[in-house]
Amino acid sequence: MRTLLPLAVAVPLLVAAGLSAASAAFQRRNRWALDGLAILTAAAVTAMLMALTVGAGSAQVYWFGGFRPAHGVALGIDFVASPLSAGLAAFAGLLVTAAMVFSWRYFERVSTFYHALMLVFLAGMAGFCLTGDVFDLFVFFEVMGVAAYALTAYRTEERGPLQGALNFAITNSVGAYLSLAGIALVYGRTGALNMAQVGRALAGHRPDGLVVVSFVLIVVGLLVKASIVPFHFWTADAEAVAPSPVCVLFSGAMVELGLYGVARVYWSMFGSALGHRGAISSTLLALGAATAVVGALFCFRQRHLKRILAFSTISHAGMFLMGVALLTPLGLAGAAIYVVGHGLVKGALFLCTGIVLHRLRSINETWLHGRGRRLPVTGAVYILAGLGLADLPPFATYLGKGYIEESGYSHGMAWVTAVLIITSILVGGAVLRAGGGVFWGLGDAPSEDPRMAAEASEEHSETEEGRGRTPLSMVLPPLVLVALAVAVGLLPHLGSVVQAAAVRFQDQGAYNATVLSGARVLHAQAPQPPEPTGITIADVATGVGSAAGAAVLALVSLYWRRLPLLRRGLEPGLGLVGPIRRFQSGVVTDYVTWIVLGLAVIGGALALSIR
Amino acid sequence: MTPGVRRGVFLAGMAAVLAFFLWGLVGLPGFGHYPGPYGDVLNAIGIRQTHATDIVSAVNFDYRAMDTLGEEFILFAAATGMGVVLRHLREERERSAVDEARDRTDPGTSEAVRVAAITFTGPTVVVGWYIVSHGQVSPGGGFQGGVILATAFAMIYLAGEFLALKRISPVPLADAVEAVGAASFAIIGISALGVGAAFLANVLPLGHMPGEVDSAGTIALISFFVGIEVTAAFVVVASEFLEQTLIVRRH
Amino acid sequence: MQIFPFIVVAWILAVGLYGIVTSRHLVHLIICLAVVQSSTYVLLLGVGYKAGAAAPFFSDIPRSTPAVDPVVQALALTDVVVEAAVSALLLALAVQAHKRFGTLDPEDLRQLQG
Repeated sequence: MRTLLPLAVAVPLLVAAGLSAASAAFQRRNRWALDGLAILTAAAVTAMLMALTVGAGSAQVYWFGGFRPAHGVALGIDFVASPLSAGLAAFAGLLVTAAMVFSWRYFERVSTFYHALMLVFLAGMAGFCLTGDVFDLFVFFEVMGVAAYALTAYRTEERGPLQGALNFAITNSVGAYLSLAGIALVYGRTGALNMAQVGRALAGHRPDGLVVVSFVLIVVGLLVKASIVPFHFWTADAEAVAPSPVCVLFSGAMVELGLYGVARVYWSMFGSALGHRGAISSTLLALGAATAVVGALFCFRQRHLKRILAFSTISHAGMFLMGVALLTPLGLAGAAIYVVGHGLVKGALFLCTGIVLHRLRSINETWLHGRGRRLPVTGAVYILAGLGLADLPPFATYLGKGYIEESGYSHGMAWVTAVLIITSILVGGAVLRAGGGVFWGLGDAPSEDPRMAAEASEEHSETEEGRGRTPLSMVLPPLVLVALAVAVGLLPHLGSVVQAAAVRFQDQGAYNATVLSGARVLHAQAPQPPEPTGITIADVATGVGSAAGAAVLALVSLYWRRLPLLRRGLEPGLGLVGPIRRFQSGVVTDYVTWIVLGLAVIGGALALSIR
Repeated sequence: MTPGVRRGVFLAGMAAVLAFFLWGLVGLPGFGHYPGPYGDVLNAIGIRQTHATDIVSAVNFDYRAMDTLGEEFILFAAATGMGVVLRHLREERERSAVDEARDRTDPGTSEAVRVAAITFTGPTVVVGWYIVSHGQVSPGGGFQGGVILATAFAMIYLAGEFLALKRISPVPLADAVEAVGAASFAIIGISALGVGAAFLANVLPLGHMPGEVDSAGTIALISFFVGIEVTAAFVVVASEFLEQTLIVRRH
Repeated sequence: MQIFPFIVVAWILAVGLYGIVTSRHLVHLIICLAVVQSSTYVLLLGVGYKAGAAAPFFSDIPRSTPAVDPVVQALALTDVVVEAAVSALLLALAVQAHKRFGTLDPEDLRQLQG
């Protein structure tokens, strides 16, 4: 069982290199072998990680090279499979598999590049989730980074993908180097890179400047990946231009991995050393709420189908961060379930958008209005997924959001509920408006600001010439993803199982003992008492409420011009165009300025509250 | 933001960041006072455990070999990504007959450069090979030696023999060699599992004496394959860029 | 004096970021990114230094000689390769961007806005 830990990373890497070395063997006639091999590998890795998730009752530790720690000093690098870490990696594997099946007939793949990069990307994500060493975390951050930058620029004949990839690569690299500076700082203090060992060395001392600064630097690098305001600008650019199947991974897994990284370093290295749970919690909560609201507002005004989804990713990343930031088991469990539910429905939405692009050759909501009637199945899946995104029960999203709200409420933060509901309505409303207009031709085509339409005009090369009908290999993946989102939401005892996993994740003492002394900790201790995980009326009510709100908002904005008593010139979200264009400028030097500014603000806030 | 506004905002933010960063830096033990224990422990037990007298190589290719595996695949992904980004597109092939800068003339290579480059190519290969193969006993290893070996290819280019260079190392071949180097690293790691040891464990005989070339087991082997991969990756990178400019110039 | 090398770290980081933010040319910007990363080399090697200790190569010195930390040297090596790989990919993107946009000024790459 334990051997699966290294294999989950080594196998996709080996296959990627093997495909590349034998690229001459995969001529046009043998393309199916290439696709088959790549899909099979991704599926096998997913299965391995699934087995680890289920089997990792108490965390499993694997020491590379057999270098076990001696007297509490780690000599080598370890992988740790706990249910949450292996589960997230398995989820990433599932999305990679779905994306690869979708891309089979979707576009022309040059040589073996696409398959090799996707598999390296998968290995990078799995390694990032599993590693127990903070420098190794940086290495896998870069592995998935470099593969992702190259995949973003896949359609290199257009301008958008090049600019998106440049913005993505530069901002994320700056973030990575800030993280590395933080890692070097904490190494200079503790002489350790193993996260458990660092945590043990730091614990019990008063947190001083070095601890705070290295925590903030590491976290800011990860928040860039997690697309948290004000580090989020690259996300909209990259997800608007990357091929749709690749966007599934960016939106459903990669961004979430940034947040996972924050949780990992907090609950293995810094948690007990920093103390001041209140200050850290409120700083991260504020960032999360700001991200959720900004993302939702910007999302609502978009007319570019992929940009709508990209801003929705940003908004949801903010909601996930709020769940993590509560620092409670239920909050973390809610975030975990929400990540899975969101990744599934968002994946389906991106794939449906890919089908639209494949068949109708456009991505512009205004132009597409009503033209999607030719695609009834795609339309139905899109609308369903949109309702799922707006947290309609029994999609898993409602459960995740419900848990975050409950946890916030029981700690006297009812405003968390308000923020989550409002952002869900806005984001879901935008997606449903687009779906209802494009696929069912409801209402009027939304007006379009010519200044925002430029980029949508150049979107032809993503997919091959559309055929008469959509291939089954393209319809099936989104269908399966939506069905899975419902199935996960209906799993019995999901809440209590995930909360137990979250308790284990947050028990720093147990993590240290497992990693450094090989202890089998059967009963993890939560820093906060576990909270009830029953499915309450409130969960269902807020879920139904936000889905209904989103549907109403979508209908209102579609039929706006026909509503009586309203000024014709005004339209919902009109005032947002200016700010969107000013902030989301596309100029990467602006984005780096925002990173510096954000670092200053977060650092300042924590410095003042912890010193 | 306009450039002026951006500079102002940045300077204000950076001033705060600098103060914050310095607050952390003063918490370090002073320069020259490495606190340990990681490096001290490895210095103490590294030679006995791995039979490598270059502890940096022991760390890179044994204790922290997983980092290096990841890093090899960063290089692999970057080279593959360059293949994606700089691939020849259908329209481009037609357009490439026209040089962007029409007044550019091929300056030709002077005899002095040509003779010097050809003279140094052989010794560069020897030095690179030496550094790659002796990483376990003296400073060096696959990365350093690989970069030097790639320099030999750059020398051939400097000698004005780009077409000869293309003949001995066409990009697809270099790509394949690079992938084989990366794959071999992963295979070494997995084969340790086959003999019942941990992934990437040093399962080969360590040799009689630390400090001899045939010592240190898989460290030498991994270093060798890393050397191959780094050489090939840098050749791929350089050739991709050269093709962008030189093919155009040739027409 | 003991803090001086670390002040250099902060300085390199600051000038690198300043270079990125004020850059008007992508190639310049990519080099500045490498400068930002260089600050981490100095920091890594700085924290692993031991006054008066030898390099961690024991081929011709007694094995008990005090030596500096080998780990940070290995990390710096990894870091350098990462930098080379990222720079190569970014420069390739810049080459292609120049073909499509006809400019390398980040201010003028305006395909994505809003």
